[in-house]
Amino acid sequence: MLVYALVAGVLFGLYFSLVGIGLNLVFGVMRIVNLAHGDFLMLGAFVAVGVATLAGIDPLFAVPLAFVIFLIVGLLLYWVLVPRLQGSTNPEMLSIILFFGLSQVIEAVATIFLGTSERSIPSRALGTVFSTIKVKLFGGSPESGGGPVEIFGQGFPASWVIAAITSLVAIGLVYVYLYQTRLGTLTRAVMSRRDEAFSTGIDVDRVSAAAFGIGLGLASIAGVFAPFMFGSVTPAFGADATVTSFAIVVLGSLGNPLGTALGGVIYGICYMVVQTYLSSWADLLPYVLLIFILLLRPSGLLGRRVRVA
Amino acid sequence: MPNALKHTLFIALPVLVIFAVLPGVYQNHLLLFNFVIFLILAQGVNIIYGFTGYLPFGYVGFFGAGAYGFAVVVMHLHAPGVPAVLAAGVAGVVVGLLLTPLLRLSGAYFAIANLAASLAVLHLIANPALESITRGPYGVSLSATFNPTSAYAAGLVVLALTLGAVVYLKNSRFGLALQAVREDAVSASMAGVNVVRMRVIAWLVSALVAGLAGGVYAWYVSVFYPDNVFSGDFSIFAIVFALFGGVASITGPIVGVIILYGIYNLIGFTTPQYFQLIYGLLIMGLVLFLPAGLVSLATRRGWHVP
Repeated sequence: MLVYALVAGVLFGLYFSLVGIGLNLVFGVMRIVNLAHGDFLMLGAFVAVGVATLAGIDPLFAVPLAFVIFLIVGLLLYWVLVPRLQGSTNPEMLSIILFFGLSQVIEAVATIFLGTSERSIPSRALGTVFSTIKVKLFGGSPESGGGPVEIFGQGFPASWVIAAITSLVAIGLVYVYLYQTRLGTLTRAVMSRRDEAFSTGIDVDRVSAAAFGIGLGLASIAGVFAPFMFGSVTPAFGADATVTSFAIVVLGSLGNPLGTALGGVIYGICYMVVQTYLSSWADLLPYVLLIFILLLRPSGLLGRRVRVA
Repeated sequence: MPNALKHTLFIALPVLVIFAVLPGVYQNHLLLFNFVIFLILAQGVNIIYGFTGYLPFGYVGFFGAGAYGFAVVVMHLHAPGVPAVLAAGVAGVVVGLLLTPLLRLSGAYFAIANLAASLAVLHLIANPALESITRGPYGVSLSATFNPTSAYAAGLVVLALTLGAVVYLKNSRFGLALQAVREDAVSASMAGVNVVRMRVIAWLVSALVAGLAGGVYAWYVSVFYPDNVFSGDFSIFAIVFALFGGVASITGPIVGVIILYGIYNLIGFTTPQYFQLIYGLLIMGLVLFLPAGLVSLATRRGWHVP
């Protein structure tokens, strides 16, 4: 029981880190609270549903597709919304209200075009590309894919494992982007001191636009796996996802992708353990955890910076 | 004539008289009651956001706590309406006191923590494990106290108190000190303002107002579920109404409620998605093009708006 809860917690936790990491990037770079984060997750989920039902292929192909679509959407949205917002007196507060408005618009448009019914994808569909390759290269029966994966003698759905591995890869790539590329170095400079970065001649707008696009792209990738991790999705799914993402981001620390990974894993383990032993209180967990972390260590578990009062 | 008296006579009193007279002329009493509730909530947001700069994104937490404070007192102590509304105010203040540590947080951290806190209160009350006290997720039915006319009158009294508080803040040294704290806490404390005490008082007044409003609401509707009284719409509407009119003024939130809630009811509920779309676009346009509210249109021309 405990082993199952722990391993499931780690698998879910890695996925939760992917859920939070885009939000972390956007808040860290622009000091903007993207309350529509969860709605981009929801849109990513519908890209996966579209790929699986309309094209009839492995929903894994939705990962690069969703990323590219929402990278472009993010770049466009950035230029429409953010420079104007940054010019106002209190951008951090107003961003909460602005992006709440955006989330309402996204939810309304999604409901108009997609309806309110719950959408799901049969979990066997995920990862069929691997079993197909295996059959082509090594022969064997095509029925082998999709079954439960055994870890420490317990069976877990293959979709959970695939989601966890994809999350690890995505977080690794974010890390490479931030620490190995030129644009990533500039991004970290903007994160630590926006005005100083500006005065050293860094094109803050270009860096921020890239971070915004990547943030939305990552959210949509996380969304691709949402139908498997949560069973089904509806257009109204976004709001809960946003609060959960905030809990994870704050649990780790802002502007540190490794912190979000840690925050996600801790959150996932807590969630699964509470779910196993005290299931009626599991709904309270993200909120209580968020408040306690904010009060005890506002800079997060791996944070270095001191909060300005 | 001192400003405080002028504001009471020419702004607060007419609003109260209009809402006291309208039920005799206009048939849709529920709509009028909702106007009163949103006037109270928008002014409550004004007290905390306009005068201290803390954005209460989970403001509905106090409102819901008030509604359930009312319900628990009526169900278990068989209290009549008026004492139960007072108990609702106490419930709001208790939740406010529990959440005072959140004031240590700043900016977006406070807003998010407050949102999380309101959801935590919701999940606590809606928890099936507490069914014997709050009826959990199954909702409450308070037929014993059902009396819309008295509830509407109580709503007007709470509105009068709230408007009085805002008039006081607008015209007193206390309100001025709060605005100084909002602009620059360090300088204000250097000038001898007790920053922490000021913020806590404003926070608790704001919580009290929302708790009383929740109690009055529970009295009026008498049958409700946790999801009704903890609906995030209350927080959002109150914030958007206050912001649309312009915060840190007396007239701003009133104008915001009358115009925006009026539009809300004109568009109607027939197609909620289209309504949500229009509302979302309106909110975005408001932040991008009129961040200081309608009042700023006048102040920009140099007119003084109370």
